[in-house]
Amino acid sequence: MPATDPVREAVNAVYLSDSRRVLATLIRLLGDFEIAEEALHDAFRVALEQWPRDGVPANPRAWLVSTGRFKAIDGIRRLARFAALDDVGDEADIAVDDAAAWADPESVEDDRLRLIFTCCHPALAHDAQVALTLREVCGLTTEEIAQAFLTPAPTLAQRIVRAKAKIRDARIPYQVPTPAELAERLEAVLRVIYLVFNEGYAASSGESLTRHDLSAEAIRLGRLLVELLPEPEARGLLALMLLHESRRAARTSRSGELILLDDQDRSLWDQDQIAEGTRLVEQALASRRAGRYTIQAAIAALHAEAPTAAATDWAEIVGLYDALLGTDPSPVIELNRAVAVAMRDGPAAGLALVDAILERGDLLDYRLAHATRAELCRRLDRTADARASYERALALAKQGPERRFLARRIAELSS
Amino acid sequence: MKYLCLVYLEEQKLHAVPDAECIACGEGLTNRGLLVAAEALQPTETATTVRVRNGRMSVTDGPFAETKEQLAGFYLIEARDLNDAIQVAAKIPPAREGSIEVRPIRALGPA
Repeated sequence: MPATDPVREAVNAVYLSDSRRVLATLIRLLGDFEIAEEALHDAFRVALEQWPRDGVPANPRAWLVSTGRFKAIDGIRRLARFAALDDVGDEADIAVDDAAAWADPESVEDDRLRLIFTCCHPALAHDAQVALTLREVCGLTTEEIAQAFLTPAPTLAQRIVRAKAKIRDARIPYQVPTPAELAERLEAVLRVIYLVFNEGYAASSGESLTRHDLSAEAIRLGRLLVELLPEPEARGLLALMLLHESRRAARTSRSGELILLDDQDRSLWDQDQIAEGTRLVEQALASRRAGRYTIQAAIAALHAEAPTAAATDWAEIVGLYDALLGTDPSPVIELNRAVAVAMRDGPAAGLALVDAILERGDLLDYRLAHATRAELCRRLDRTADARASYERALALAKQGPERRFLARRIAELSS
Repeated sequence: MKYLCLVYLEEQKLHAVPDAECIACGEGLTNRGLLVAAEALQPTETATTVRVRNGRMSVTDGPFAETKEQLAGFYLIEARDLNDAIQVAAKIPPAREGSIEVRPIRALGPA
């Protein structure tokens, strides 16, 4: 069959647009991730055989679900003939579930939420939640995920196999959480999405500063979540990711060097992403249930609105950091607040706060704490202190562009 | 007097003893009127740890009880699924002081 065959192209298009939805429904109908994945592949294999002959069905998604389900039940029955075990009989009963269930559009939409919440279930290890979400919800291959996270593929494959085994053996239910559990369970989903975004936005090691595909995948996930479950914090997270992403073109020079926010060419910021992000922040804030993602997005929106670093509303940003410390106290947020205070009240005020954090023994191994201290000392002409802190930051930094940035700053101090 | 007999095994020896032998042992004890309850457990990979601190429940993967925590009791419960079991576990009073490991039971099969 030539590659340009229109039916084959139609199958590919349906695979791209609908394979995750079909999988999500098959998992519900068949009650098992592995069996559902096999059924999905069988369904597409049959589509490649039958659609050229019979034409593309009117509702390809429903056709794929019903074909996959039929194939799986057929397989289970065949297995039952060989094994004749009681529990295989039970599985066949589960599989011959209510035949109309898959056709109900509402439960089919819910299936995607069920899949997201199951992949991000708190009883799974954090790295397994991330791997499983990218594999099952986004449809990335194990090799793609392994590459993006700089993890050997067999390790990653093992992580996914274990997670699926736990879902099956410990009986993690395929459900959207009840309203009582929702806040906590949503938090786990948001954490996974933000982790994927950050891994793509600022890879923690390696030569390439950004791994764009992961960030794009996280934004796609964020959009899906807002579409399926328009909770304020889901909007807040999507806004935060879009507002960070809007600066991507301005964050690095052509030669791949890091450019700090203050020094970025703001005309390179993506105005469409800023507009969408700002709109989402406003919606999330209007709910009066702003959580930490929404507050961080509000901070990012203030940066995005400012024509220059100096013209930024630093007083408002300090206030938002205070709110953030109220919901989510952490030394890293204190550090960010210190930077905002330095911009509002001058470097000496910021430095006092940074030194207080370090003297308490917090963030001693956090490169950005030392880089921030160095920067503030530099602005205060405390060259020796600046050099010592830059060197401390350099010793902790792993990423190529960041290391070169710090080395350049140290060299500039000497000249 | 009742005694709890806890079974410890290295993970790779989990199936070293045939299920049939364990079933026979249980039946023997039942016939002598000595057995209250006996179950085999799924491997530790299926375990989930539930804690309650400051009124907030935390759920984590694995059997990660702190090493200084000692086994202090057990509840054998009936639950629809893991979410249900976690809800029950969180209401066990020592969840707020220590941790409750939730581990599914494994049905013994005729070998």
